Amino acid sequence: MNIPYYPGCTLNTNAKDLQQCAEYSAQALGFSMVELTDWNCCGASLPLTDNSSMGYAGPANVLINAKEEGTKEGNEDKLTTLCAVCYNVLKRTNYAFNNDNNKLDTVNSLLETDYKGDTNVLHYLEVLRDEIGYDKVKEKVTTQLKGLKVAPYYGCFLLRPHNEVGLDDPYSPTIFEGLLETLGCEVVDFSHKGECCGSYSAMTNPENVANCSFGVVESAVAAGADIIATTCPLCQFNLDGNQVKQKSHFGDLDEMPIIYFTQLLSIALGKDINSISFDSNSISPLPLLKEKGFV
Amino acid sequence: MSADGHHEVAKDEYIAQIEELSGEDVSKCYQCGKCTAGCPMAEKMDLPPSMVMRYMQLELSDDLKKATSRWDCVGCLVCGSRCPKFCNPGAVMEALRMEDMRSGNRDEVIEKLPVNFVKNAPQQAIVSGFRKYVP
Repeated sequence: MNIPYYPGCTLNTNAKDLQQCAEYSAQALGFSMVELTDWNCCGASLPLTDNSSMGYAGPANVLINAKEEGTKEGNEDKLTTLCAVCYNVLKRTNYAFNNDNNKLDTVNSLLETDYKGDTNVLHYLEVLRDEIGYDKVKEKVTTQLKGLKVAPYYGCFLLRPHNEVGLDDPYSPTIFEGLLETLGCEVVDFSHKGECCGSYSAMTNPENVANCSFGVVESAVAAGADIIATTCPLCQFNLDGNQVKQKSHFGDLDEMPIIYFTQLLSIALGKDINSISFDSNSISPLPLLKEKGFV
Repeated sequence: MSADGHHEVAKDEYIAQIEELSGEDVSKCYQCGKCTAGCPMAEKMDLPPSMVMRYMQLELSDDLKKATSRWDCVGCLVCGSRCPKFCNPGAVMEALRMEDMRSGNRDEVIEKLPVNFVKNAPQQAIVSGFRKYVP
């Protein structure tokens, strides 16, 4: 199974760790991610205001390219993403095309296209749950991550706005927990799993972001987690980096490593841990993974 | 005078502009406060989301112009997700920011971009961070 894949602006650069482990895991599970031959940035956030259509042109162009890729022989008529923000922007663009004729007409006339908002966008988690199946993933697990207490951090963009994204129940999601259980982890429920890490305010207001990130990490520590798993490069950057860069905000709170979900997945699927890059991590998860016996 | 006998008062120009930009009908808000209760930045804000909505309803445009909470907003979409009246205070916040930038009431300029941050941050932080630089 070849699934067209949209990396977005960050996956080939700052978040290679997330992507490489996703590619390894895909192979181990019997599918391939085929990077779109032609893609552009999705804009990394949709306009919040209603009167802007320009923000939809970039992601619409990605969806149109994916549609074309899906018609090539051997490829699935689907598009997968790893980044929570790309996923959010692409899903919401489709929603706008299906529910707002004005945006549909404006963006189509801008791009000189006739896109209908019908590219089937799946987050990698959805590919695992719905296309492969967690039961099949479980069969391929060679290293049960027993005893590892993992807090699944959804953040903002996988879940909101629920009517436009529709990945899971916005208040009691299970897709992330389901994968972690499949890998043998002990899933830790924590109050801040859907709270904001501070997001792109990292550029303009790092103090605010440090406060948000502290809230998330503190909540996971209080719930007894060893580690936080995330799907988003910016969440990883904020939650991990601020524990070091803005140490004073975190007081004497224990340091908590922030790992990409695909890194846990690939360890469980037998990837040699020494071949996994943890370049994104200021706080290395390796001491913890050694202590738990996975290295 | 309108057909039902009430005097029509022209809406404050600034408020009308924010409503148009945001696409929000602020009169729907009934001040339950769920948006502010969920806002990760509310504690730091001079006017949290529910108060911005109330000030919009009361057309307190001078007070709104002076407030800075829209620059603390992180765009996390919690306020709009929690609203029982399907309002989106986040859209109002963004419209207020846009109006600040368009009217020169904000001096975020490209020259002041934090260079070290831009060198090291994930691209998505920079691309979406431009939301606060581009009107």
